[in-house]
Amino acid sequence: MDISWFIVLSAFIFCIGAAGVMTRRSPLVILLCLELMLNAGNLALIAFSRMVGNVEGQIFALIVMVVAACEVVIGLGIIVAMYRRKLPIDVDDMAELRG
Amino acid sequence: MFFEQLLFFIAGGGAIAGAVGVVLLRNPFYSVLALVAHLISLAVLFLLLTAAFLAAAQVVVYAGAVMVLYVFVVAYVGGSDDELRPETAGPLAAIGPIFAAALLIELVIAVVGSGLTLLDSTGAEVGDDFGAPAAIGDALLTKFLLPFEAASFLLLIAAVGAVVLARKRRGLHEPPDALSVADVLRSEPPTGSQKEAIG
Repeated sequence: MDISWFIVLSAFIFCIGAAGVMTRRSPLVILLCLELMLNAGNLALIAFSRMVGNVEGQIFALIVMVVAACEVVIGLGIIVAMYRRKLPIDVDDMAELRG
Repeated sequence: MFFEQLLFFIAGGGAIAGAVGVVLLRNPFYSVLALVAHLISLAVLFLLLTAAFLAAAQVVVYAGAVMVLYVFVVAYVGGSDDELRPETAGPLAAIGPIFAAALLIELVIAVVGSGLTLLDSTGAEVGDDFGAPAAIGDALLTKFLLPFEAASFLLLIAAVGAVVLARKRRGLHEPPDALSVADVLRSEPPTGSQKEAIG
């Protein structure tokens, strides 16, 4: 398979994730869509790493996976804290920081 | 070669179907399950790109551990079905998909019109040990030792942060744990009912 196929597939997944982040209102689903975007980036990194025949792109993808895991843990912690304080689980209602 | 293309289209179709499912399914629980299918399809694609270690890590860490965390939180918060197109959303809500479509067109033009000649090849010649655990570990512990340690500290900080964020907070009006003699004297005299014994 040509590398460009993988890159175009990664662009598709990234844009689906971006559309989800912009249209959904539940923070849980927004976090899931962020995962989609990060994974699309990972796929592109690994495809480019294969293209130049250098393993360093895969290290980059591994670090992205670590950062994604941290982001999930903190995001889910915030959602649980919102639930504990009986706040609505909806990003449109949580707009106090908008200024 | 034919088998490789067949596998690419099966896994790529699965990845796109999973991604669309994450965005379009109304129940967050089904969204999580769609993301698991998406991640496993991506692991197959990683294998096609000879990234064996990352494919295994994707299945074990992502589709396994991280998604279990998601399922727990969705079960705890009780993910309610939210409407895909709520009535209260203004005209701005229609801009999101249009913007995403524009971004996709731009990215595809950028890839197709790219000057990278290697994009239209199957990649550089690599040996069988490309992307194997030994190669990844060798690179991580020699050239990329500092990012490796930084990642481990980041994970530690995230774990502590999650515990601080999600721990049970005491309200202002809850009684303290330790009752002093003064508290007992100040309170109502006990009536000896069963409700008191439980409560």
